[in-house]
Amino acid sequence: MEFLSPSTLEEALEAKSAHPDGLPIMGGTDVMVELNFDKRRPAALIDLTRIPELAEWGAEDGCTRLGAGVPYTRIIEHLSAAAPALAKASRSVASPQIRNRGTVGGNLGGASPAGEAHPPLLATDAVIELASVRGRRRVPAREFYLSFRTTARRDDELITAVLLPEPSGPQQFAKIGTRNAMVIAVTSFSLALDAERRTVGTGLGSAGPTPLRAEAAEEFLAGEFDWEGGAPLPEAAVRRFGELVAAASRPIDDQRGSAGYRRHALSVMARRALSWSVTDYRKEATRCA
Amino acid sequence: MRVSFNVNGEDVTADNVWPGESLLYVLRERLGLPGSKNACEQGECGSCTVYFDGVTACSCMIAAGQAEGRRVRTVEGLAQGSGKGPERELGTVQDAFVEAGAVQCGFCTPGLLVQTDDLLERTVGAGLPAPDDAEIREALAGNLCRCTGYEKIIDAVHLAAERHAGTGGGA
Ligand SMILES: Cc1cc2nc3c(=O)[nH]c(=O)nc-3n(C[C@H](O)[C@H](O)[C@H](O)COP(=O)(O)OP(=O)(O)OC[C@H]3O[C@@H](n4cnc5c(N)ncnc54)[C@H](O)[C@@H]3O)c2cc1C
Ligand code: FES
Ligand code: FES
Repeated sequence: MEFLSPSTLEEALEAKSAHPDGLPIMGGTDVMVELNFDKRRPAALIDLTRIPELAEWGAEDGCTRLGAGVPYTRIIEHLSAAAPALAKASRSVASPQIRNRGTVGGNLGGASPAGEAHPPLLATDAVIELASVRGRRRVPAREFYLSFRTTARRDDELITAVLLPEPSGPQQFAKIGTRNAMVIAVTSFSLALDAERRTVGTGLGSAGPTPLRAEAAEEFLAGEFDWEGGAPLPEAAVRRFGELVAAASRPIDDQRGSAGYRRHALSVMARRALSWSVTDYRKEATRCA
Repeated sequence: MRVSFNVNGEDVTADNVWPGESLLYVLRERLGLPGSKNACEQGECGSCTVYFDGVTACSCMIAAGQAEGRRVRTVEGLAQGSGKGPERELGTVQDAFVEAGAVQCGFCTPGLLVQTDDLLERTVGAGLPAPDDAEIREALAGNLCRCTGYEKIIDAVHLAAERHAGTGGGA
């Protein structure tokens, strides 16, 4: 096995192009589990932790540009206002030690349907930046997840950044697990209200072969919601929203939970996330009035 | 491959490293630093926790080559002075764990010590109030102990925080 340590993005892209089967490693919190347990023997490891660009974040054209290699701990510390849903999701990942190393780029690289970053990226309409020796391109998160652990990223491409739109309304994240720390989600849900565009975004984790959106629920809520005043929704509308979220899921029975439990939990999380969001929205609306 | 980095203030080099092995393996098997424990090799237990460039991490989740040129501080580096063996004085956190009875089989202890040291540096060490039970539990959520039931561990952290605040510095 070769160990490649590029110190610039250009070198890394050349390394990935020369070794398409080389395995990128950043925080290592997925890769090292596979290596330690002999589940994977890549021809080369391409270490991306020495590339300054991947570890940076900052404002860019009304978005926050988040380098693919920024650990969850930094996101929680610095991006709670710029990316509330992603910061909330980051807080629920694993343990402090894992959050100090694990990254959103690594979460997208593995593309587990349980990955915590995916529901917020879907709900907030974030964009993923990919690069190869052929150039850079951008893919909306909503078009990134193709099938089980398969994404729009091509073999010679690296994930370089995520572009997070500036929030224009409340963003929420909720996760069900057997305890608070150190659990893979049984199922998770993210909700974003966009007051400017008057649209609703959703993201469902561990609810199907890929991270999913509940488009019918998004349209329903965008039509029902009082965007002027943020009045509480009638009970029946809240219930309907939960049902539509659950209906968009395609869960399986596994050791973490049954499909039926997941559907139920999704409808409960959706209703809760909605009521938290409406409360936040009203606070914001009265502040601006 | 050859990997060189700094451990507990000392520059070290390990030879014949297989590129897929972990920093934990390098520390224990190649550098004779068995303080960090291997209990799961999958990031779940925290027994292998070290400071990596000043931030705590599971050393089983770091590839050996990622440590090249970096600064690592292990549980061995928490004790004061540079001597080896019993003549070495324990640090504040280590003393508190012994006194509070927070050590039974001891397998989880090295990781808990490093993670506690970090918690205290970020709180009392930075002029902030001592951490409460909830903060302690959150900081230690990635460290599993099969013996103690955690109560004595929490007591030990409170004790260490008091002393740390009292002396204006830890180990
Ligand atoms: C104990 C434990 C608990 C965990 N709990 C959670 C949890 O609660 N929620 C959760 O979502 N995850 C969890 N994980 C999984 C893991 O921490 C996350 O998926 C994390 O985001 C991975 O990031 P990383 O930087 O460590 O990735 P790495 O392990 O470095 O890489 C992961 C994958 O992405 C690829 N990759 C990395 N960087 C790039 C890049 N720039 N371009 C293209 N491909 C790339 C790698 O080749 C690999 O396939 C847990 C892991 C452990 C060990
Ligand atoms: S041995 Fe590293 S976390 Fe358990
Ligand atoms: S003292 Fe035995 S595992 Fe903690």
